[in-house]
Amino acid sequence: MAIIVDKSTRLVVQNLTGREGSFHALRNRAYGTQVVAGAAPGHGGEDVEGIPVFNTVREAVAETGANAAATFVPARFAADALYEAIDAGLETIVCITEGIPVHEMLRLHRYARTHEVTLIGPNCPGVISPGKANVGIIPAEIFAQGSVGLVSRSGTLTYQIGYELAQLGLGNTTVIGIGGDAIVGSSFIDILGRFEIDPETEIVVMVGEIGGDEEEKAARFVAEQMTKPVFAYIAGFTAPPGKTMGHAGAIISGSSGTAQAKKEALEACGIEVGTTPTEVAQLVYERTRR
Amino acid sequence: MDLYEYQGKELFRRYGLPTGEGCLARTPAEARAAAEELGGSVVVKAQVLTGGRGKAGGVKVATSPPEAETHAAAILGMDIKRHTVRRLWVERTTEIAREYYLSLTLDRGAKKPLFMFTTEGGVEIEEVAARNPEVLVRLHVDPLEGFHPWHGRALTFGAGIADAAERRQIERLCAQLYDAFTGCDATLCEINPLVVTAAGELLALDAKVSIDDNALYRHEDIAAMHDPETVPVEERAAREKGVTYVKLDGEIGILGNGAGLVMSTLDLVAIAGGRPANFCDLGGGGGAQGVVDALEVISADPQVRAIFFNVFGGITRCDEVARGILQALGQITIAQPIVVRFDGTNAEEGRLLLAEAGLPNLHAEPTMLEAAKRAVELAR
Repeated sequence: MAIIVDKSTRLVVQNLTGREGSFHALRNRAYGTQVVAGAAPGHGGEDVEGIPVFNTVREAVAETGANAAATFVPARFAADALYEAIDAGLETIVCITEGIPVHEMLRLHRYARTHEVTLIGPNCPGVISPGKANVGIIPAEIFAQGSVGLVSRSGTLTYQIGYELAQLGLGNTTVIGIGGDAIVGSSFIDILGRFEIDPETEIVVMVGEIGGDEEEKAARFVAEQMTKPVFAYIAGFTAPPGKTMGHAGAIISGSSGTAQAKKEALEACGIEVGTTPTEVAQLVYERTRR
Repeated sequence: MDLYEYQGKELFRRYGLPTGEGCLARTPAEARAAAEELGGSVVVKAQVLTGGRGKAGGVKVATSPPEAETHAAAILGMDIKRHTVRRLWVERTTEIAREYYLSLTLDRGAKKPLFMFTTEGGVEIEEVAARNPEVLVRLHVDPLEGFHPWHGRALTFGAGIADAAERRQIERLCAQLYDAFTGCDATLCEINPLVVTAAGELLALDAKVSIDDNALYRHEDIAAMHDPETVPVEERAAREKGVTYVKLDGEIGILGNGAGLVMSTLDLVAIAGGRPANFCDLGGGGGAQGVVDALEVISADPQVRAIFFNVFGGITRCDEVARGILQALGQITIAQPIVVRFDGTNAEEGRLLLAEAGLPNLHAEPTMLEAAKRAVELAR
C-alpha cells in the first residue's frame, strides 16, 4: 500500500502541452505512472507522445477514466484550472504551480473541503509512491521503496532527506511535498492521518519550516491520535523575522512561526527533532534497528 | 509588499473608508506648503515600513506652516529601526474623543480572514491581547461566503459599543474594510487607531496594509506604489536578475537550490559556528547564468568572507551545476573561497569536474555539515 498515488492512479495532466507539463508528464509516465490524458483548452485532439489531449478535464475524465490530476497551469490561470479539476470529480489533484494569490487559495481550500478530493499543493514538488507512481516533479531515482512515510513543505530538502534515508537502506511508502505556500490544500495533519492508517507505513518523517502553526498542530495530532513513531526536521532557525525565505509561506510574523517554537512544540509531544537532515535520517535508522 | 500609511489610506479611500485630509511631502518646504494648504494645525508623520514611529519622535504636531517645516526638517533623514525617513505625511489634526482598533488579517491557521476589534485602541494590539484578551473581539469570515452585515454587528455589540449611530458607522466601515481587503488582495489591513472624533465621526487615523506579492500582477497601480529604496541594494540587484535573495548579517555567503534546503544550509552554518551573510535560492535549476548572477550578487557583499554553495541534484544533475560554476568562474572573478557540496544525481561526476579544474579557490566537501565547517574555517 501507499497513500495518495499508486498503481490505480490514472493521471490527467493540466497544461500537458506546455514545456513543464510535457517534460514532467513524460518522466512520470516513464516511471510507470498511468498518464492517461492531458487537458489544454484549444488543444483537444492533439497528443503528446501518444498521450491524448482534451479541451477540458471533464472530457478527459469521460474518455479515459482519469481519477487524478497534475496541474502545471501558470499561476494566474491555476485557480480556475483547480476548480475545473475539482468539478470534474477527480479524487486527487496535485498542483505544482507556484505563485497563486493567497485569497484564491482561501476560497479554493474551502471549496475543496466541501468535495471528496485530496488537493496537494500548490507550490509543491508532488507525490511519489516508490515503485508504484510518481506525480509531479520529484526526481524518482533518489527514492527507494520501503516503509518510511515522508511529508514535507519543501522540495530539495525532502530529496536530501529521502536520499540520506536511502543511503542507510531505508525506503519510502510515499513521499509528499505539501507545498511552500501559506495556504495549501493538504496539511501535515491530513497526511499524517493517512500514514497512520496505511498498513505499509511504519515510521513517518515530517519536514517543516518557519511560518504558520501547522507543525504545532501536527505535534498535538501525533501525540493524541498516532500510534506510529514520527520524527521531524525543521528548517529556518537562523531566519530573521518579517522576511520571506523563498517560499511564500516561510515567514516569521511577529514572534509566531519560529523554528524554535515548532521544535519545542514537537518535542513537548514526544517527537524527536533532528538537528540536521543527516541526523533525522540517523534517528529513523536507529529506530528501525530496535 | 508593505505599504506606507499614506498609500494604505489612499486604498482605504477608494473603498469609502473615512480618512483624514492630508498631503505627501518629501522636503521641509513641501511640508510647509502642505500645512498652508490644509490650514490650521497639522500632524507631520514619518512614513516608514515599521512600527514605533511615535516613540522614536517621528510624529509631531505643528500649529503653523513654519513649525511644520521645522518638524519636517527634523524627521526627514531620521533613522527609525534602521529605516531612513524619506517621506512625510502631513495631515490635518483631529480632535479625538475615543481610540479604537480594527483590523482584518489572514489567519493562516484557520485559513480564513480574521477581524479583530477592540475599543482599547492606540496601543500595540499584542499588548491588549496579552493584558486584556477579553476586550478583543475576534471573528472569522468564511472566504466563500464573504462579509455579511451580522459580522459587523457581532463586532460592535461584542465590543460593547453603546451608541447606535456610532455602531452603524463602524458596521459600515467593517464592510468597506472587507471589500478593501479582498479587492486589493491584502494580507493585512490594520487601523490603529480608528478614532471617534469630538463630532462623533469615525476616522482611520493610521493605516497598515500589506498586499500579497503573488497578486500584484492584477494590481498594477498598487505594484507601482513599491518604493525600491526600502529594499537593500543587494536584494534589489538580485531581484532584477530573478534571484531570490535575502541579506543577513554574517560572513558566509550562501547559495543553494530550493528554499527549504537553503534555510537548512543557513542553520548548518550556524551549527558550525559561523553566521550566514544571506539567503540565496537558485530555485530548482542550476544553469550557468543563474549561478553567475547569484555569485555576482553574493561576492559583491563586502561582509562575505567565504561562499558555501550547497546543491542537491534532482532533475538538475550535479555535473551540469559543476559546469555552471566553472563557466561562472571563467566569466567573473571571485576573491572569496568557495566551498561546494554536491549530493544526489551525478554528485560524484560533479565533484570530479571541479577537482579536474584544479582551482585553488574551490573546495569540494562530501556532506553539508563538513562543508559548513570548512566554509566557517575559511571565513576566519
